[in-house]
Amino acid sequence: MNVAIVKYNAGNIRSVINALQRLGVEPVLTDDAELLRRADRVIFPGQGEASSAMTYLRERGLDHVIKNLTQPVLGICIGMQLLCRHSEEGDTDCLGVFDAEVKGFTPTPSQGGGEAIRLKVPQMGWNTLEPRETWLGDGGYAYFIHSYYVPLCKDTAAVTEYGIRYSSALHKDNFYATQFHPEKSGSVGEQIIRNFLCL
Amino acid sequence: MALAKRIIPCLDIKNGTTVKGTNFVNLREAGDPVELGKLYSEQGADELVYLDITASHEGRKTFTELVERIAREINIPFTVGGGINELSDVERMLNAGADKVSINSAALRRPGLIDEIAANFGSQVCVVAIDAKNEGGAWQCYLNGGRIPTDRDLFDWAHEANERGAGEILFTSMNHDGVKQGFANDALRRLSDTLTIPVIASGGAGAKEHFLDVFREGHADAALAASVFHFGEIPIPTLKQYLSNNGIEIRL
Repeated sequence: MNVAIVKYNAGNIRSVINALQRLGVEPVLTDDAELLRRADRVIFPGQGEASSAMTYLRERGLDHVIKNLTQPVLGICIGMQLLCRHSEEGDTDCLGVFDAEVKGFTPTPSQGGGEAIRLKVPQMGWNTLEPRETWLGDGGYAYFIHSYYVPLCKDTAAVTEYGIRYSSALHKDNFYATQFHPEKSGSVGEQIIRNFLCL
Repeated sequence: MALAKRIIPCLDIKNGTTVKGTNFVNLREAGDPVELGKLYSEQGADELVYLDITASHEGRKTFTELVERIAREINIPFTVGGGINELSDVERMLNAGADKVSINSAALRRPGLIDEIAANFGSQVCVVAIDAKNEGGAWQCYLNGGRIPTDRDLFDWAHEANERGAGEILFTSMNHDGVKQGFANDALRRLSDTLTIPVIASGGAGAKEHFLDVFREGHADAALAASVFHFGEIPIPTLKQYLSNNGIEIRL
């Protein structure tokens, strides 16, 4: 299978490559429009900041390439957020595949003991998925690191709770996306990547 | 269901093998770092920390190669620390496949390094580790693995690091480290309740009850330990089941 990973100014790409290699897939890392269009699967990974990522994609014409892809595409973390309409992070217009607005978590330190209401930002660690679609498996714990989130919307494919209930995965047409990092989520994440490759 | 508390084994690495210090001094060997990391991951560790305690240039190169090997083999997040003094060190570690870097002395010497890492790679990769000792009621920060005292107060420094863009604080109590009588829960609670970022507790784990206390009383977001895991004194599956049975949110 020919899997392409979108090459742009985001971190965390090495771990996506490693995760695919553990599944016996040798991906190509590329920003070449033709290679991305011809791939069987495209992964749009990420860890980074929305406005600088969008600027980088626009300068290279990758914004048009990505949103017009027709094969299954998997956005991860900032990749998922960039597939939305707009992000509060840097007041950034994004790719608009998903009709959703990316919002920021607000940190709320507890004042002496209110453990339950406390919200730290970034959310960092393992939280549970409530999947609504089969490509996300049976749910369980996945690994999250993020300060911005996608509210529940018509494309929500999994729900997670962190102060509020929000979209931990999205799906619309050929576009799939996870807020968590499947490449870092142990066997739960490995199964989700495998499911994506088998779509 | 909610965000789970994390259990983090810490592996000290010297010349490519795992060692464990007691009170930061005596070292003894505890196995291959990649194999040990895989074992912990299979047993349910939530993250791993690898600290390079080699001083030499040659050792640094060995460690970078080790990080590449860990990243290929392990499918949970891991942090690397030791000898990270500038942005190029951070870049080298992230390129090798590390998820986060831990900075300690370099940040105390030049706090702007935290801002630089946050701006260039995001707060999520920047763990600020603090070694501090309580003397007469005041918590004093130390440099160079607990060898050199500074005039910085633990709480002031942790708040400054938070403000500058650290993603997490890893606090080691030098009073508790290696003693195995429990974590510094009072200081931890004060950090955890006033910072907006997660706090990782380190130093003092000797029994599974200590982990329950550090989450209940210390309000820690994660607990880190070394020897109790390396020598099998507390198996991770037993520990996590115990915590879950006692009402702590844990990934089983």
